[in-house]
Amino acid sequence: MSAAKGEHFVQGNEACVEGAMSAGVRFFAGYPITPSTEIAEGLAQRFKGTNGVFLQMEDEIACISAVIGASWGGVKSMTATSGPGFSLMQEAIGYAAMSETPIVIVNVMRGGPSTGQPTRASQGDVMQTRYGSHGDYQIIAFAPASVQEMFDLTLESFNYAEKYRVPAFLLSDAEVGHMRGLLSIPEHLRIVDRKEKGIKRADEAYDVPDDLVHPFPTFGKGHKAMVTGMTHSENSRIEPEDVKTHQELVTRLSEKILKNRKDINKWELVSPDSKTMIISYGASALGPKEVATKDQRVGLLRLKSLWPLPEEPIFEAASQCERILVCEMNLGMMYWPIRRIALEAGCKKIELLSKIGGEPPTPSDVRHKLRGMGAI
Amino acid sequence: MEIFDFYRKDRWPHVFCPGCGNGTVMNCFYRAFNELNLPLDKTAFVGGIGCSSRIPLYISSDALHTTHGRAIAFATGLKLSKPDLKVVVFTGDGDLGAIGGNHFINGCRRNVDMTVICINNNIYGMTGGQASITTPHDFMSTTTPYGNKEYPFDLAELAVAAGANYVARWTTRHVHELTKTMKTALQKKGFAFVEVISQCPTNFGRRNKMADPTQMLEWFKESSVRREKVRTAAVDHFDLNMAGQITIGEFVDRNRECYEELIGVEKHG
Repeated sequence: MSAAKGEHFVQGNEACVEGAMSAGVRFFAGYPITPSTEIAEGLAQRFKGTNGVFLQMEDEIACISAVIGASWGGVKSMTATSGPGFSLMQEAIGYAAMSETPIVIVNVMRGGPSTGQPTRASQGDVMQTRYGSHGDYQIIAFAPASVQEMFDLTLESFNYAEKYRVPAFLLSDAEVGHMRGLLSIPEHLRIVDRKEKGIKRADEAYDVPDDLVHPFPTFGKGHKAMVTGMTHSENSRIEPEDVKTHQELVTRLSEKILKNRKDINKWELVSPDSKTMIISYGASALGPKEVATKDQRVGLLRLKSLWPLPEEPIFEAASQCERILVCEMNLGMMYWPIRRIALEAGCKKIELLSKIGGEPPTPSDVRHKLRGMGAI
Repeated sequence: MEIFDFYRKDRWPHVFCPGCGNGTVMNCFYRAFNELNLPLDKTAFVGGIGCSSRIPLYISSDALHTTHGRAIAFATGLKLSKPDLKVVVFTGDGDLGAIGGNHFINGCRRNVDMTVICINNNIYGMTGGQASITTPHDFMSTTTPYGNKEYPFDLAELAVAAGANYVARWTTRHVHELTKTMKTALQKKGFAFVEVISQCPTNFGRRNKMADPTQMLEWFKESSVRREKVRTAAVDHFDLNMAGQITIGEFVDRNRECYEELIGVEKHG
């Protein structure tokens, strides 16, 4: 069912399809939207002859609802969308967080707000991913910067969604999604399946304590599962008015992610001892990476994880350098949490290079900014 | 199976008001389900948000209590990922026809195998009695203090037009017919839609000179007309439905291939 091992020359969105197939996706519901459509088209094609179900729904709300429903049927399920579709999904994302449903949502980000720039890249949805639905909750999000990472991090999104019973996001963008490049599929892949109620397996998902991540009661197996978006107790009794039940539930939903930050977070470091550190992610880290690999005065911390925020590597980078440049394709979103951590670490000079309009910052954009900062 | 093996007694007391029609629907459903001897562990119940959508949580089986309006979309995903599961959706007029209207239409069109029971009480009961998409013309609600100027949706006719395999409408006054229809719907392959006109004495009756539930049941009895008779008279359903007349009976019973058969997913069960 998964793609042939070895090397392929493919588009980012196609690599995402292969990553999902390798992870064992069995259900996809989607709605056409640029620039993510190739993922839906790819899975419709790849599911042929397999036991996977592809469904084109009437809107993105229906897509994510069907995906959550399918997950309760016990299969790995996902959807892929972009800006406007992602906005429509927000209520159900909160439902998935509250009901602890493992699902994967790919957002190939485009320029917003509103219809904005359908064919152009942006990183304008990073805060919406974290805070888009109402109430307190935590999610897991990865930001790929290459065709290879579209594959790797799609697979990881599934692994972490399953392990922590949480919606996991692949925050790609039009640039990475439509980029063509080398995809190398290794012989052995790390695949995590959810911890199921009533089953004991030697699996990574079973390493998380039961009081943090409850075993998953798959439908149709006599568990009498009661799944609800309302405040519920340990035994799934609806307690919308009970103060303590709500406190315990919502705190646990946050803690299961935050307490396992070190297990989830992924990043890449280039020249970590430099006096100037650039912190960036996704397509906007490509220009900075070229600068950092050529210029020894400049280092790069590239975040592969956005949420939960990789606080430790940011703190470490900030405590060792004199100045930080945050580089992103929005008017300053990740800049603010990074700034908070950098200030805590004692780094006083934290600047932002933001570039919107659809083109990632080029190496010369980065050098120009660094010169202005007196870094090079 | 005794009724309290079917419904979870440990969830009592329930949220329904005295005189609510939900109890009648639950009773009819239990009888239909029990008479068919269906396996409860292989049946999943899905609800949206609202009084009627709470019913799945009282049934002693797997329950998916979802977001407002999206029950059919959730149920579609669940059914296609686990085709050996029987899926029953409990919903209301607001959940199904207003916020979930698009999923309802496309659910009928897609014809995925599921039974959808809509308890239509013509009002938003849980939030305190606001006009819904099925509140009859000129009837009172908290958001239509001078009478409802809109005209109601005919959910059953909509389901027929959109392609559901089985469509029927009864009221809570027609318990025998309703039980029989539920049995047919539960056995039907494809999208089966049962609309039950039900009384909400607290939030509908009280503001429309029918505070006593028996008055509402009397009203249902007097207003109900069999669909065959309505059809021959060739009247305008749009105006007559609920305003002066409730069209009841089986609306359609056909055997379009259901979605699972078309995509061949059943063999993966």
